[in-house]
Amino acid sequence: MAAVTADQKTQRTAGAVDPADAARTAAFDATVAADDRIEPRDWMPEAYRASLVRQMAQHAHSEIIGMQPEANWITRAPSLRRKAILMAKVQDEAGHGLYLYSAAETLGTSREELLDKLHAGRQRYSSIFNYPTLTWADVGAIGWLVDGAAITNQVPLCRCSYGPYARAMVRICKEESFHQRQGYELLLALSRGTRDQHEMAQDAVNRWWWPSLMMFGPPDDASAHSAQSMAWKIKRHSNDELRQRFVDICVPQAEALGLALPDPDIRWNEERGQHDFGAIDWTEFQEVLKGNGPCNEQRLTQRRTAHEEGAWVRDAAAAYAAKHPAPPTHPGQSAQPAPSPQTAQGTQPEEETA
Amino acid sequence: MTAALALGDDALVLSHRLGEWAGHAPVLEEEVALANIALDLLGQARVLLSLVGDEDELAYLREERAFRNLQLVEQPNGDFAHTIARQLYFSVYQHVLYGELAAGRGPFADLAAKAVKEVAYHRDHAEHWALRLGDGTAESHERLQAGLDALWRFTGEMFQPIEGVDIDWQALRTSWLGAITDVVERATLTVPTGPRSGAWAAGAGRQGLHTEPFGRMIAEMQHLHRSHPGASW
Repeated sequence: MAAVTADQKTQRTAGAVDPADAARTAAFDATVAADDRIEPRDWMPEAYRASLVRQMAQHAHSEIIGMQPEANWITRAPSLRRKAILMAKVQDEAGHGLYLYSAAETLGTSREELLDKLHAGRQRYSSIFNYPTLTWADVGAIGWLVDGAAITNQVPLCRCSYGPYARAMVRICKEESFHQRQGYELLLALSRGTRDQHEMAQDAVNRWWWPSLMMFGPPDDASAHSAQSMAWKIKRHSNDELRQRFVDICVPQAEALGLALPDPDIRWNEERGQHDFGAIDWTEFQEVLKGNGPCNEQRLTQRRTAHEEGAWVRDAAAAYAAKHPAPPTHPGQSAQPAPSPQTAQGTQPEEETA
Repeated sequence: MTAALALGDDALVLSHRLGEWAGHAPVLEEEVALANIALDLLGQARVLLSLVGDEDELAYLREERAFRNLQLVEQPNGDFAHTIARQLYFSVYQHVLYGELAAGRGPFADLAAKAVKEVAYHRDHAEHWALRLGDGTAESHERLQAGLDALWRFTGEMFQPIEGVDIDWQALRTSWLGAITDVVERATLTVPTGPRSGAWAAGAGRQGLHTEPFGRMIAEMQHLHRSHPGASW
């Protein structure tokens, strides 16, 4: 439905009376067709802009909501080395959220606006983060499977037609691959550890496998945005193609780990040269999307609470900045507070340097 | 090596407290900053504890009474202002202390030379937030003053000499107080008055006498490790 609407909008724009519009549309189409990048100051169809904002916001929100299930284990990590790795990972996720909000801001929205929509439940984050982390092994399963699925999804986004998004993904994918290897290594240590540790690892894989497959989104014949996104080269592969690729990657990895995937129907299909696998429970997926997953309420409440309880801190930073206009003495410093709406007034959103 | 244990425990315990902020910070930039500081401290703790023995045995298998950290660093996070007050007191202390150690020829000179760079950043972060909160809104002013006041009593024990750390503790105390007074006044706040002897007596933390929240903190920290004796992770 949504894809059809978007299509009609583009066509309407293309067929508009104003010849300047037609020229701009042609230039946009040509850029996309040539695999060149659309940049923030380029003209773009409104539906393209809206679709990117939706996807990039959802992506950014997933990074920051995704901190919660893992942060849940920071204070209980069983060795100092693992604790350091986990802290660094959660910190990276906050950083990814920052890149992605910045990239989304090049489309004329603001981080504040996007966060408000997240808190109001008007924009989504990945369904996977509505599952609980019940044991330490879940940290490994998230690294291996959830980050693995994210990478499979995101590597093609490095070639996305929108420049700022593609560039953000290049940086993010490098760090994600590192996390994924660490998660795999964590599970391997458990799998080869004591019997209790091995069982803990198997239990985590049992619980995270199917939700990870759902991260690729609904099947192609039920995916609202896919066709248009692919035509615009925001997406490069269909949900089902990427899901299949992920399964084919995971099967040998599970074997190397010495852990079973909880799907009796997985088997190599000689004819297709791919693995067959069992049916996904799309009812569960829809329920989680609707807000009825195990942790939806908890995740959103924690995010809202952090934001609300932090309001006085952001107000203080804004009030201080208004009283003391910052001299540009520390250009390289990275830990400045968020520019508040008040202080940002009259300042152009930062442009990508060409 | 009591000194390495004392300094290592300070870093380990404060790192843990900062780790509790993950996913709860007031802005995303602070998620990054607090985790960053926590990681630096954890790195320092691992080096220091490894001078004494196995880092994981020391972190996970000692009981409360065997920890040598300052009572200041084990205090619960409270609100953001409370956390910043704790950071301010401790990072200024650590900065002047590591500055001294780095300049000397003692066993911690190399470690301190590396750590002092990290700690300079921690101090900068705490001072900037002290200014923003103190000289921000009426509410933030009040909250930071409350944090500074509540934690003041734990600051005396920072200057109880640690055996094996050969520096002029009295001079350290003077530089610390000078630096704190300067920031607090620039932040339009008042340097707290009143006793600085902590719970029990100044130096109690260094002797393994801690405050009640600490036991609960290490129960959480050690639970998983203790549940699987001998396992490796």
